[in-house]
Amino acid sequence: MNSHVSEAVFRRGRLLLWGACLAVAIALPLVFKSGFMLSLLCQMGVMVVFALSYNMLLGQTGLLSFGHAVYFGMGAFISMHALNIIGKDGGPLLVALLPLVGGLAGLLAGVVLGYVTTKKAGTTFAMISLGIGELVAACALMFPGFFGGEGGVSGNRVIGKGNLLGFTWGPQVEMYGLIVAWAFLATVAMFALTQTPLGRMANAVRDNPERAEFVGYDTQRVRYLMLILSGFFAGVAGGLTALNYEIVTAETLNAHTSGVVLLMTFVGGIGFFYGPIIGAILVTVMQIVIGGMTQAWLLYFGLFFLFMVLMAPGGIASVISMQRNLWQAGLFGRMVPHYLAVALPMLVLTAGLVGLIEMSYALLAGEGVGAGDTATQVMGMQMQLNSPAPWAIALATTAVGMALTRWIGGRTRAAWNATLSTLHGDRT
Amino acid sequence: MSLLNGITYGLLLFMLSSGLTLIFSMMGILNFAHASFYMLGAYFAYQISTWIGFWPGLLVAPLLVGAVGAAVERYGLRRAHRFGHVAELLFTFGLAFLVEEIVHLIWGKVAVDYRIPVELDGTLFSLFDTDFPIYKGFMMLVSVGMLIALYALLTRTRIGLIIQAALTKPDMVEALGHNVPRIFMLVFGGGTALAGLAGVIGGNAFVTEPGMAAAVGSIVFVVVVVGGLGSLGGAFVASLLIGCIQTFSVALSISVTDVFALIGVDLPEGSQLARLTITQLAPILPYMLMVAILIFRPRGLMGARES
Repeated sequence: MNSHVSEAVFRRGRLLLWGACLAVAIALPLVFKSGFMLSLLCQMGVMVVFALSYNMLLGQTGLLSFGHAVYFGMGAFISMHALNIIGKDGGPLLVALLPLVGGLAGLLAGVVLGYVTTKKAGTTFAMISLGIGELVAACALMFPGFFGGEGGVSGNRVIGKGNLLGFTWGPQVEMYGLIVAWAFLATVAMFALTQTPLGRMANAVRDNPERAEFVGYDTQRVRYLMLILSGFFAGVAGGLTALNYEIVTAETLNAHTSGVVLLMTFVGGIGFFYGPIIGAILVTVMQIVIGGMTQAWLLYFGLFFLFMVLMAPGGIASVISMQRNLWQAGLFGRMVPHYLAVALPMLVLTAGLVGLIEMSYALLAGEGVGAGDTATQVMGMQMQLNSPAPWAIALATTAVGMALTRWIGGRTRAAWNATLSTLHGDRT
Repeated sequence: MSLLNGITYGLLLFMLSSGLTLIFSMMGILNFAHASFYMLGAYFAYQISTWIGFWPGLLVAPLLVGAVGAAVERYGLRRAHRFGHVAELLFTFGLAFLVEEIVHLIWGKVAVDYRIPVELDGTLFSLFDTDFPIYKGFMMLVSVGMLIALYALLTRTRIGLIIQAALTKPDMVEALGHNVPRIFMLVFGGGTALAGLAGVIGGNAFVTEPGMAAAVGSIVFVVVVVGGLGSLGGAFVASLLIGCIQTFSVALSISVTDVFALIGVDLPEGSQLARLTITQLAPILPYMLMVAILIFRPRGLMGARES
C-alpha cells in the first residue's frame, strides 16, 4: 500500500508539478519586492494550508463544518504560548518547529471536540460544529489568562542568539520562506493522505455511508480520524499565522474565521484537491486588494459567493476542469466566441452594479471618510450624488447589462449544452 | 420573576425556531439566514414606526419579510436546490452574509433607536418588589396568539393538512394535484414572516443592531437541535428551557466553586475557573446543554428521526 501511495504522489508528471509550484512560490518575492506584496503572499500561504485542511472535511469526507476556526485558533494560541515559554533559551530552530506544536494542539482539539461532533454526519454535523465553535469562541472571552482577552496574546519570533543556516526569521522574507516550506510540506502530506486507504474510505463515507458500513467500516470512526487529521493541519496553519503576525487574538477562532475558510474553499472548488488552493489565493487577494479600495468589499464578496453557488457550484476548479476536457476534445475553440460574447454584457452589468453600490455607500454608510458626502469617485469618475443624472446612468447601465446578459447568456447556455452533448457523445 | 422573563424570552425563541423547524422538516433546508430575517423584521418595523407608527408596523413588517423570504425561495433557493443540500445551505449562509452587509449599508453599523410604543411603556404589575413591564406581557400575548394561530392553521385548515401531508410524502401530494413547489414557497415565506414578527416585537425589547442576527442565530440552532430536528413540540419545550436557563443564569450570582462544592469537589483557590460566576458562564450554557443532549440523546428531546 505504501508503495502505491508514494507512486501516486511522486509520479513523474506530478513531481514536475510539485517542483514547479515550489519554484514559483520561491520566485515570487523576487518579483514582488514591496512589503505589501510580501505580507499578502505570507497570508496566502497560511490560508492555502487552512483551506486545504478544511477541504479534508468538506470535500473529501462530506462534512460541512461551521467551526473549523477552532482548530486554527487553538493551534495559533498554543504556538504563541509555546513561543513565549521557550523565550530567550530557544533559538531559530525551535521557532521553525513551532507550527508542529500548533498542529499537535489542533490535533488534540480534534481528538476532544471531534468525538462529540463526528457522531453525526450531514446537517446535524453542521449544526453541532457551529455550536462547538460558538462555545469555544465564548470561552475565549471568558478566560483572558489564556486567550489574552480583547488584546490577544503577542510574542516575538526572533529569539535567542545565532541563526539556523543564516535565518533568524526576523525579516518578512525569511518568514515567507518558512511559510512556503511548511505550506509545501503540509500540501504534499495532505495530498498523500487522499491516496491512502483512509482517504479513500473518507470518500466512500461521503458518497454512500450505508454501503461503507456494509463493507465493514465504521463511518463514525472514519469521520473522527479525518477530523483529527484536518485539525492537525488547521493547527499548523494556526501556528504559521501566530509566527507571521506575532499576535493572536480571539478573532482567530470565532465564527467569522470559520466562515471565511468555508467561503474560500467553496469558491475554489471542493471537488478537486487544488480547488482550495485557488480559492485561498483568490479570496486573499480580493480581501486585501479590493478591501483596500472600497468599504463595500464584503457586499461584493457576498454577491460573488451567491453567484458562484447558483452558477458554478463546483467552484473555479470545476470550471477549469470542464474547459480542460473541452480542450482535450478539441471543442474549446467552439466555445470561445460565446465566452467573449457573454463577457461584454456581464462587464456592463458589473459596472452598473458597482456604480450603484459605490454611490449608495458614499451616500448612506454614515461613519468614516465619506460620511454623507454629496460627491464621490467611482472608477475614476467624479460623481455628484445629489443630482439624479449619475443614478439614472448607473441604473440604466445595470438594466441594460442585465437584459443583455439574460439574452446572450441564454444563447451561450444553449451553445454550452450543445457542446457538452457533443463531448459526451464522442465518448460513448 | 425570572421565570416570567425566561418564558417571555423562550416564547420569542420559539417564534424563531418554529419557522426554522417548519422549513427544515418540510424542505430539508437548514436556513442559515433565518436570524437575518428576524433582523430584517426589526429594521423594517423600525423604519415603518418612524413613518406611520408601531401598530401598522406590527402587521406590515412581518408581511414584508415574508414576501422577501418567498422571493428568496422562488428565485434563489429553488435554483440552488438542484445542486443538493450543501449548495442550499451555503446559499442561505451567503445570504446571511449579504443581509448583514445590506443592513450596514442602509441603517449604518450602530444600533437604531427602535422604541417600545408609549401605550405599552409602563408596569403591568409588581411582584416581590420587581416590576413586570407591560411590554413583556404584550410580547407573551403576541407569541401565544401566534402559536395558537399556527397550531390551528396546521391542524384545522385544508392548507395546513396539505402542508402536513407534504411534510412526509411530497411526491404523493404532488401526484394528487397540489402544487408542491408553491407550498414550499408559502412555507418558506410563512416561516420567515414568523421570524420577522419575532423581530418586530423583539427588536425594541432588546436592541436593534446589525449584530442581532448573529447573536440570536446560533441560539436558535441550539434550540432546534436540543428540541429535535423537525419537531415543533420539541422546539417549543427547548425554547422555553433555554429561555429560562439563560435568564436564570444571568440572575444567579453564585460562582463555579460553589457549584462544585455542592457535588463535593473542591476547586483550587484562585484558579481562573474557580473565580467565574454562573452569570459569566451564561453565554455558553446553551451550547453545553446542546453537547450534553447530543451525547446522551442524539435525536433531541422530542425528535423522531436520527439525523
